[in-house]
Amino acid sequence: MAFEAARKLSRARGAALGLTWQPIGYLFIAPAVILFVVFVVAPIFASLFLSFTRYDVLHPPTWVGLDNFRILLFEDPRFWKAFRNTALYVVGVVPTGISIALLLAAALEELPVGKQTFKVLFFIPSVTSVVAIAVVWKWLFAGEKFGLINYGLILLGLQPIDWLLSPRWILPAIMIMSVWAGLGYNMVLFSAGIATIPRTLYEAAKVDGADWWARFVHVTIPMLRPTLTFVIVMSVITSFQVFDQVYIMTGGTAEGVGGVLDSALTLVSYLYEQGFQKFRMGYSSAIAYTMFGCLIGLTLINVRMLRSQQ
Amino acid sequence: MGTQRWKTSLVFSLFVLGALVMVLPYYWMLISSIKPPAELHTYPPRFFVQHPTLKAYIELFTLLPMARSLLNSAFVASTVTLSNVLFCSLAGYAFGKLRFPFRDAMFFVFIFSLMIPWQVNLIPGFLIVKSFGWLDSFFALIIPKLALPFGIFLCRQYIMSIPDAFIEAARLDGCGEFRIYRRVILPLITPALATVAIFTFLAQWNDFVWPLVVIQSSSMRTVPLIIQVLNGQFGSNFGMIMAGALVVTLPMIVIFLLFQRQFIRGVFLASVQE
Repeated sequence: MAFEAARKLSRARGAALGLTWQPIGYLFIAPAVILFVVFVVAPIFASLFLSFTRYDVLHPPTWVGLDNFRILLFEDPRFWKAFRNTALYVVGVVPTGISIALLLAAALEELPVGKQTFKVLFFIPSVTSVVAIAVVWKWLFAGEKFGLINYGLILLGLQPIDWLLSPRWILPAIMIMSVWAGLGYNMVLFSAGIATIPRTLYEAAKVDGADWWARFVHVTIPMLRPTLTFVIVMSVITSFQVFDQVYIMTGGTAEGVGGVLDSALTLVSYLYEQGFQKFRMGYSSAIAYTMFGCLIGLTLINVRMLRSQQ
Repeated sequence: MGTQRWKTSLVFSLFVLGALVMVLPYYWMLISSIKPPAELHTYPPRFFVQHPTLKAYIELFTLLPMARSLLNSAFVASTVTLSNVLFCSLAGYAFGKLRFPFRDAMFFVFIFSLMIPWQVNLIPGFLIVKSFGWLDSFFALIIPKLALPFGIFLCRQYIMSIPDAFIEAARLDGCGEFRIYRRVILPLITPALATVAIFTFLAQWNDFVWPLVVIQSSSMRTVPLIIQVLNGQFGSNFGMIMAGALVVTLPMIVIFLLFQRQFIRGVFLASVQE
C-alpha cells in the first residue's frame, strides 16, 4: 500500500514537473484533429491547388498556372466591380457602425435605469438569421409607396426611392440594413470594455472640469483601445466577406447574384456565382485566395495603424 | 442638478427612440405575416391589423415542407452543439493541461486556422463532402462541424485558469485522466460550456452558405434555405415570406431572452482571443 501510494505520488509529481508524457492527450484531441485535418487543413491546400487549374467538376482539373490570377486581375471588369462594391460596403458600414455603437455604449453608462433592457433590445438582430433580417428589410425597402421606408420619406416630403432595383441605391440599402443589424453586438462589447475602466479616472477628469464629450474622447476611447482594435479588425474582416444579405436582397430577380447591372455584386457573391452557378471552381478558388491575400494585408494595416496611434 | 436630470432624460428618450428603430422591423414582420393580402398593400401602410389571419402560416406549412425544415434545423443544430461541447472540452483539457509531444505546435495550427477566411474552404469543402457521397444529406450538414476550433480555443483558455492543484489532488486519489476531465474539469468550466453551446447552436441554426451549397432537395432544407426559396419563388407574397422569417427568428429570440446574461457575457468571452 505504501509503495503504491509512493508510486502515485512520484508519478503525479513527475507529471507536474513535465517529466512524464500523458499520451492519452492524443486520444482526447483525436476527434478534433481528424475533423480539422479533413475539413480545414486539406481544403486550404486543395483550394490553393485548384486556383492554378481549370475545373468544372465533371472533368478532371487541368493545370493553367497563373492564368486564373492574370485574368482575374487584368482582364475581368466584373472582379473589379465586385472589389469596388465590397470596398464601398466596408468603408460605408464599418466606421459608421462602430462610431454609433461606441457612442451608444458610452451614453448607456449615463442611464440610471434600463441599461440591461436596452442592451437586450439592441442585441436581438445579432441572434436573428441574416436571411430573415434581409427579407424583412427587403419588404421595408419595397419600391413605390408600399414600403415602410418610402412611406417615411414621403412623410418627410421626399421622393420615394426604388431602393432595390436602382443601381445607385441598392448598395446603400444593404449598408443601412447591415449597420442596423450589427449595432447591438458591438455596443455590448464596448459596454463590457467600458465597465472595466476604473471609475476614478472619470472622477479625476470631472474634477479637472472635463465635460461628457471630453471624458469620452480622453478617457473612454484611449482606455478602450484593445477592444476597439479587436472590433475594428473583426468588423473589417466580416464586412469584407459579406454575402448572405446581398444574396437575399438581390435575389428573386432575373438579374443574378449581383443585382441590377451588378450594382451590388460583392467578392463573395462573385465567388459563389463562379464556383456554384457557373462551375468554374478553379477561377472561384483564385478569387478566394485573392481575398485571403487582401484580408491579410488589411489586417496588418489595421493593426499597424491602431498600434502607432498609441 | 436640474440640467443633469434634463440631460439624462434626453439621453433616455434617445435610447427609447433607438430601441423603437431596433424593434420596428420585428413588429412589421409580425403584423405583415397576419395581415390579409388586401391590408398588406395599402397606402398609407397600416400599423394595426383589422382582420388578422393565419393564412400565410397555413400556406407556409402546406405549400412547403416547413415542418420538416424546422426538424432538420433543430436536429442539425442540437447534434452539432452537443458534439462541440463534448469534443471541444476534451480537446481543450488536453491542450490546456496534459503533456504530450507537439501539443503547443498543434494548438498553434488550430489558432492560426481561425484567421483563414471561410470562403477559402467553401469550394474544397464542397468537393470533399461530394467525394464522400454526402451531398444533400445530414452528414454534409453535421460532420464537418462536429468540433469547431473556436470552441476548442475557448475551452482551453478557461481550463488553463483552473489551478493545477485540483488536478493533482485528483491524480493522487488515483483518478485517470478521463475521470479527472469528467469529475473535476467539466463542473468547473460550465460557463465556458454554456458559451460554446449557445454560440454553436445560434451559428448552426442561422447558417446559410454551407446548407445553400450542399443541400439540393426540398426535404433536406434547413429553415434559412426555405426562406431563401420563398424569397426567390414567392417574391411578391410578402405575407408568406414574413411568416417564414418569423418562424426562423422566434425560437432564437425566445432562447436569447431566457439566457440573455449568458449571451451577453458570451460576446465578451468570445472576444477575448488575443
